[in-house]
Amino acid sequence: MRHLLSAGDLSRDEANLILDTAEEMRSLADRPIKKLPALRGRTVVNLFFEDSTRTRISFEAAAKRLSADVINFSAKGSSVSKGESLKDTALTLQAMGADGVVCRHGSSGAPHLLATSGWMTGSVVNAGDGTHEHPTQALLDAFTMRRHLGSLEGRRITIVGDVLHSRVARSNVLLLSTLGADVTVVAPPTLLPVDMTSWPCATSYDLDGALAKSDAVMMLRVQRERMNDAYFPSAREYTRRYGLDVHRMAQLPDDAIVLHPGPMNRGMEISAEVADSARSVIVEQVTNGVAVRMAVLYLLLSGSNDTTEEQTA
Amino acid sequence: MTAYLITGAKIVGGDVADLLIENGKIVAVGTNLDAPKDAETIDAQGLIALPGLVDLHTHLREPGREDAETVLTGTRAAALGGFTAVFAMANTDPVADTAGVVEQVWRLGRDAGYADVYPIGAVTVGRKGTQLAELGAMADSAARVRVFSDDGDCVWDAALMRRALEYVKAFDGVIAQHAQEPRLTQGAQMNEGALSGVLGLTGWPSVAEEAIIARDILLNAHVGSKLHICHLSTKGSVEIVRAAKKRGFEVTAEVTPHHLLLTEDLAASYNPVYKVNPPLRTKDDVEAVREGLADGTIDIVATDHAPHPVEDKDCEWSAAAFGMLGLETALSVVQQAMIDTKLMTWADVADRMSYRPAAIGQVGGEHGRPLEAGAPANLVLVDLAAERTVVPGESASLSRNTPFDGMTLPGKVVATFLRGTATVLDGKLAR
Repeated sequence: MRHLLSAGDLSRDEANLILDTAEEMRSLADRPIKKLPALRGRTVVNLFFEDSTRTRISFEAAAKRLSADVINFSAKGSSVSKGESLKDTALTLQAMGADGVVCRHGSSGAPHLLATSGWMTGSVVNAGDGTHEHPTQALLDAFTMRRHLGSLEGRRITIVGDVLHSRVARSNVLLLSTLGADVTVVAPPTLLPVDMTSWPCATSYDLDGALAKSDAVMMLRVQRERMNDAYFPSAREYTRRYGLDVHRMAQLPDDAIVLHPGPMNRGMEISAEVADSARSVIVEQVTNGVAVRMAVLYLLLSGSNDTTEEQTA
Repeated sequence: MTAYLITGAKIVGGDVADLLIENGKIVAVGTNLDAPKDAETIDAQGLIALPGLVDLHTHLREPGREDAETVLTGTRAAALGGFTAVFAMANTDPVADTAGVVEQVWRLGRDAGYADVYPIGAVTVGRKGTQLAELGAMADSAARVRVFSDDGDCVWDAALMRRALEYVKAFDGVIAQHAQEPRLTQGAQMNEGALSGVLGLTGWPSVAEEAIIARDILLNAHVGSKLHICHLSTKGSVEIVRAAKKRGFEVTAEVTPHHLLLTEDLAASYNPVYKVNPPLRTKDDVEAVREGLADGTIDIVATDHAPHPVEDKDCEWSAAAFGMLGLETALSVVQQAMIDTKLMTWADVADRMSYRPAAIGQVGGEHGRPLEAGAPANLVLVDLAAERTVVPGESASLSRNTPFDGMTLPGKVVATFLRGTATVLDGKLAR
């Protein structure tokens, strides 16, 4: 593995290696000293063209716990907002000797471009690109589910919400199906891509029909602004048809868990009671996010230099 | 002025013969021609002679974006591609929406001398789609504009489109529509389908093109004017135009070389050189536009040559400009897509890339005439057996955004003549 651009690039073995490594990293969190020397002397740049304090902090904590030097480069207050191109930013990072670049960008494919353009030689981790993918989110979701459900083979996982615009949904569908889960996405027809024949999942417009068969249900954030583009008539109607409240939650099997990538719209796609319930693993997802990102950075950056040179030649 | 005796060329649609060019005209076609003593002889054995190509859809970018292309560099690229006439699209800065701007472009073309430049006038002021531009003034100007288009944007307002179609009847004009329903394509980045959903790029659905084409054909039937469809790209559009023509509705349509050869899969690279409007479509669509071009549903090939400076393509997909180069590769792409597949003959190519575009653009006296004695000497000699690999840096265009980079394409333009003057000889610019 040289970059992490899409959850679909991971084989089942690679995905399991990341999740198993994350288990070891997770155990570190319970020790008094939470730091490993694995990436000492390596430089990780958090290159964030979109606001995302949560993801950025998670990657920062992960890199620091591995003893890497961390540089935060955010679009606001940097030269990017003055019109510097992605290319010039990449050349700058290359000149500064970035070993790994964690990239969040509003344009789908921007991390792919960083990795393939030849502008820089460091490893690229996609931290969310446009409406495309967010592979570390999917990894932390799978990690969290695995801790509660055991192997995901044959497990029934339901993803609910704005699939059309969700990078979290795309990465999760790809990764969870690789891990053997049966995935169903549920949304109003307007919030599903028009042709999903190539997606390794089932689709449904009916949340109630899907819940009774779900081992895990993942609620996606739905932006109220979508209402103005006529994706749905009103926030209230969305909540009525696709929101998860305690009545709907009661339909879930006893051991089923509820996930949300955050930030939540309490009262919109998820009610406060559900978010704070015993089934909710939402806070745990955040903790696990650091462990999973440690595993990704460790596996990408601690390898021998030989491999790196061979693959960039 | 040099006289040329071209010997042993295969005349498209005819036999192998010699051509004598003098004083800007073809004076004789046959064997054992009497050439003047100072005539330059060009051995054209093994080459095909085609009428000079006519491109109804070229972006020359001047005035305003001389960093991307100028009339001079664009017409050099045209000559190298075998074109003797190009129609310059109106989306310049300032927009070609007044007699002054179209006359400027027309004069720049005459000064350059590599191809005749016929400016296209904007339909609406500033291409903003709200108020008709002074179409009559552009028609009466020295540039004699007959083709009008807001290309780059659709004339989406049905009432305004109706008035434009009606108004140009007074001077036998034609409205060339960029068929794109704007509300259905907000933020659109690539063809909408299975792939756009996977790549997370906002989709540009086929129906956004087809709905406008259907509407405009009906509007035009109501007012009895001339409608031309720019860069038709979908299977559904071919079906609509085919059905309309069968019922006797007046409409002409064009397809670009890139829509004849390339498919949306290329977007998976996130390389913006493949970003174009309308977007690259599916294999089914490519097959349909090829069939449509072969059976005459689609009247012509037009390049939509759209130069952009490096920085507008060397960036993330959503920030990149739409458009691709086309002039220097058009004939080779048509050879690969239509001749090598046995869908068309070279006589068909002469029809779709010279006779018919000249007729639609109403320059049929000067361009798009069969290679016969008395016709203006606008012709191109092509080595059909040659192959070449496309290298962006070798382009005569100021820009480098060719989607055919690295592809090996059949055929090579050996010589181009504009009214008897060689603009290209031995595959290189002659002046």
